[in-house]
Order: sequence, then C-alpha cells, then structure tokens
Amino acid sequence: MPDILVVAELAEGKVKKATYSAITFARQVAQGTDGRFSILVLGAGAAAAATELAGFGASTMLVADDAGLAHYTAERFAPTIIAAAKSFGVVVATATSFGKDLLPRVAAALDAGYAGDISAVQVDGDKLIYKRPMFAGNAFGYCTVSTAIQVVTVRQSEFAPAEPSGGTSPIQTFAVVAPGAGADRVEFVSFDQVKTARPALTDAKVVVSGGRALKERFNEILEPLADTLGAAIGASRAACDAGYAPSDYQVGQTGKIVAPQLYFAIGISGAIQHLAGMKGSKVIVAINKDGEAPIFQVADYGLVADLFQAVPELNAAIKATQNQT
Amino acid sequence: MKILVPLKRVADPDNANKVKIPAGGTTIDTTGLEWKPNPFDEYALEAALRLTENGANPKTRQGEVVVVSFGPKEIEPTLRSALATGADRAIRVDARDEQLDGALVARALKSLVEKEKPDVVLMGKQAVDGDSNQVGQMLAQLLGWPQATFAATIQEEAGALLVGREVDGGVLTLRVKLPALVTVDLRIVAPTSVYSRSTAKTFKYNDGVRFAPLPAIMAAKKKPLTEVKLADLTPDTALRIQYLKFEPPPGRKAGVKVKDVADLVNRLKNEAKIL
Repeated sequence: MPDILVVAELAEGKVKKATYSAITFARQVAQGTDGRFSILVLGAGAAAAATELAGFGASTMLVADDAGLAHYTAERFAPTIIAAAKSFGVVVATATSFGKDLLPRVAAALDAGYAGDISAVQVDGDKLIYKRPMFAGNAFGYCTVSTAIQVVTVRQSEFAPAEPSGGTSPIQTFAVVAPGAGADRVEFVSFDQVKTARPALTDAKVVVSGGRALKERFNEILEPLADTLGAAIGASRAACDAGYAPSDYQVGQTGKIVAPQLYFAIGISGAIQHLAGMKGSKVIVAINKDGEAPIFQVADYGLVADLFQAVPELNAAIKATQNQT
Repeated sequence: MKILVPLKRVADPDNANKVKIPAGGTTIDTTGLEWKPNPFDEYALEAALRLTENGANPKTRQGEVVVVSFGPKEIEPTLRSALATGADRAIRVDARDEQLDGALVARALKSLVEKEKPDVVLMGKQAVDGDSNQVGQMLAQLLGWPQATFAATIQEEAGALLVGREVDGGVLTLRVKLPALVTVDLRIVAPTSVYSRSTAKTFKYNDGVRFAPLPAIMAAKKKPLTEVKLADLTPDTALRIQYLKFEPPPGRKAGVKVKDVADLVNRLKNEAKIL
C-alpha cells in the first residue's frame, strides 16, 4: 500500500484544527497497512506553520511556502498538491469548505476516484473501504476506489483530532507549482469573517442551536446560555434563511456537521436535514413548545416548554450548579 | 449569456428517512419515494434564469438556458418542468444511475460543454442523495475553468461574475472571468442574491424558486428536448468508485421527557454527568 499525503489547512498562517482529523485518518491507514504518511503544508507562512505539525509522526513534512498563496483559491493551490500527490497512494484532507472545494479538483486532475466526507475507513487486505453517510445520514455506503491514487475527505466530527506522538519529522521544501493561465481568471476580492469569541461549531464540546421560533430574539436568548456553557451557537436552516442567524451557523446535511458532547436544540422541530447534522452528538437536549416535534424522537432529554421562559431559567440553574462546584 | 444547468433527479429528500436497505445491503431501495429534482439544482436553474433576464421583465430571456440531465427516459418530466420554468432547451444523456459516478458525469459534461460552449455552468453544490459535493469542482478542473463553489450571491459584471461563497467562518467573495463554473448553496434564491446586468439593484425577487404558470407548462411540451448517448460524450465509461454495500444508520432511541428545568439540570448533572 503506497503512502498517504495529508493536505494541511491553514488560516492566517496557523494550522486549522480540522487538519488533525485528516492526520488521524492517515495514522489509521498507515497503521493498518504498515505504511507511512507525509504532511503537505501549503500557503503563505507554511514554513512557520509546519513546525506545529512536526511532532505528529509524519515520515516527512513537505513545505510549500509562497507569499503568492496568501489567499486560497482552488486554482492556485491545486497544481502543487497534484504534483506532490504523484508519489502517494492516498491524498486526504478534512471535509471543510476548503477540503470540499479543493480535493475533487485534485482528484479530477489525477484521474483519481474521490471518496468525499467519509465517516470511517477499514483496511481490508490491500484495499481501503470507506464508509460514507448518504441520503442525509439515512444510509451508509461502503465503497472502494479503484484508481492508483485515491482522494479522500474525512468528516471532522467522526475523526477525533490527532494528538502529538513525539519525535520531529524531517522538513523538506516542496517547490510551489505555478498555476496554469486559468488561475488568473479568478480573483480574491474579500473575506467577511463572522467575528466571534466562541469556539468553532465543529470544534465545540457544547453546541446551543436555535430555530426559527426564536425570531429576532435569537441572540438575546441563546447567547447567555452559550456563554455559561462555553458553547458554540448553531441554527436550523429556517433560522438562517429568515435572517435571525448568520448562514455560517447552519447545522445540517448541507451545513455544518457537528457531534459535540452536548447539543441543545432550542425551538428546532427536527427536519431530517437538521438531524443529519447533529444526531451524532453524545447527549441531545430538545426544548420545544410542540410535544409532537420530531426532534423529541432523537433527544435524550426533552422539555416541552415555552423557550422564552425555559432558556433563561435553564441558564440560571446551570450557573447555580457551576457556582456550587 | 448562455448558461448550462446540470440537473439531477433524486429520491424525495424530505422522505430520505424512508429509504430502505434490503437484507444483504447491496442496493438502496427507493421505491415508494417520489422523484424530485435535486433542490440545489433547482436553485441553480433559478439563478440561471435570474442571470439571463431583467428581473422586472422575466418573460424575455436574454441569452439561453440549457438544462441537462443523466438518466433513463423516465427523467424527462423533470426536464420538461425545467423547460416550463423557463429553460430554453433540454438534453437528456441516456444512462442508468448504476452506470454513473461523479467522475464519469464530470467527463461527460466536459465533452458536452465543449460542444455547447456556454459562458457559465451553474449547478447545485451537491446532490442530496449521494451527498458527494464533487461534480462541479471536477468539471472545472477538466475544463481548466475557474470555479466558485457554494455560492450564496452572484452579480453579473462585464465578462465576469462576482460570487459570494459561503465558507467556514464567513463569506468569501471571488471574481471569476467567464467562462466559469459556479455551484450554488441554499441562500442563492433569497430576494437579493442574484443580479444580472439588466436587473436594477433595487429590484427584489420573491424568495425561493419560481413556479411555472399553466400556459408555460403547455408551451414546454414544444420546447426542444434532445437525447444524447453517454458513450458519445465519453468513451471512458469505467467507474472510479465502487459501492460494496449499504447499511442503515444505528437508530437513536427517543429519551425521556423531563418535567421542568430543574429536572433537566438534575439529569444532565447526575445521570448524563455532563454538567
């Protein structure tokens, strides 16, 4: 089984936490196949960021640092990954908006099969079998890729972030490949970042999500509870579409997939598209006025109540227990 | 502007929880589910119509919108309804679902794009059956075109599109010169998401996709719908990915209804031990 190449994801010159999920995949495959893995760190400031990843057991770190790669576009990043991939059997990134935008493009260039957003991998002799959630999480498909190079993105919520394993991986400079003429036809204009001091939705141990029922009081009701719990805030599609929450908050089949220790669904009825994004959570709490709402079919603890009263009360009660301990 | 919109027919996504997996798990049984166009592709069609009109006068098409779908003859109603909604022409690539994977669809679309020469390929970011999110990016690479995936807004400029992409942490705006490929996200059908150069910036669309009036449904029967053989588009029909089996997800059993907030906090603390 040929080696694995992990494509690291950077933001402002720092390694994004999502990268550690792809490393976990690489370790699992390397262990099952007596293989090795390398990490490609690509972007402006990659050399500094690479040091953050040198203690994770990679056989080599390939560093492609170029000021011209300050702003990510698939057209500018893909050629270097394509060149690096040719010495590997599996190319992997985490299925963030970066990985999902970039790796199918890499797969097409290499004429490689692409297994996107997988939730598990099994080594079966000389084959890798990928498990993929499909139909909004209502079926799992097990698939293999038949091409010489296989391209994979992994679901962050299903691959626990890798911890450092010690040692120092040797760092090699990898030459940035100039993109073709087409890359000049795309221009980065701006990035409007949602500013928040909270943990990222996909990293948070606790998520407090709200639905359309919160209306204009979405933030007023949810923020105090999220502050108390150190939680990220999520939302249903309906709440995002209605403009009560930014679209970046959306949890669901086509939004963020989360699997925190504790998930609060507040005023969310539980459409299957929403359930697809959160039913891997360890403990689910639902608060809804409608006792028949489908969310109660997946919730560990359901409270039928008016959320405008129950949530502030809940916040006060949790604060009280925190003060006791 | 000429826009090509690939449209996939999928089992009704709102009933995906009724998907059945027969014993042995070698197939997915979608019988009994209604077929619908992939919602993201319907949104792409709506965006294509908005880009080829003055929003205040949507009856006059400025340019051409061509829809294409892969499937057996049974998918033709999906294409006819796209024609009724406003597309000018439809192409059906004759194929069965099990003959296809994303890479093969991308190869076939590349060849179709080379024949049709659209300025823009506009499609959904993912199909809600396979949930792969791949064909647009693959097609852009095969064509050597710029891509703007997960689009929430599109503004037409001279020879370019200004696209607001929904990415982790916010909205990233790109300018792509034509020809270009765009995949759309849910918010693309909001009232102020898409502006052609003829539509006034003050104009607001109705939220969501437009519906075909009855006369348009009748007229759509006369619009051209041609059939193309898959092998004529790509000689290489080998699949890159093979599905071995399917299985249902483990059920999550409903828990308990708590009687009040105090009960909830007590259980979270002492039963789930999570507070």
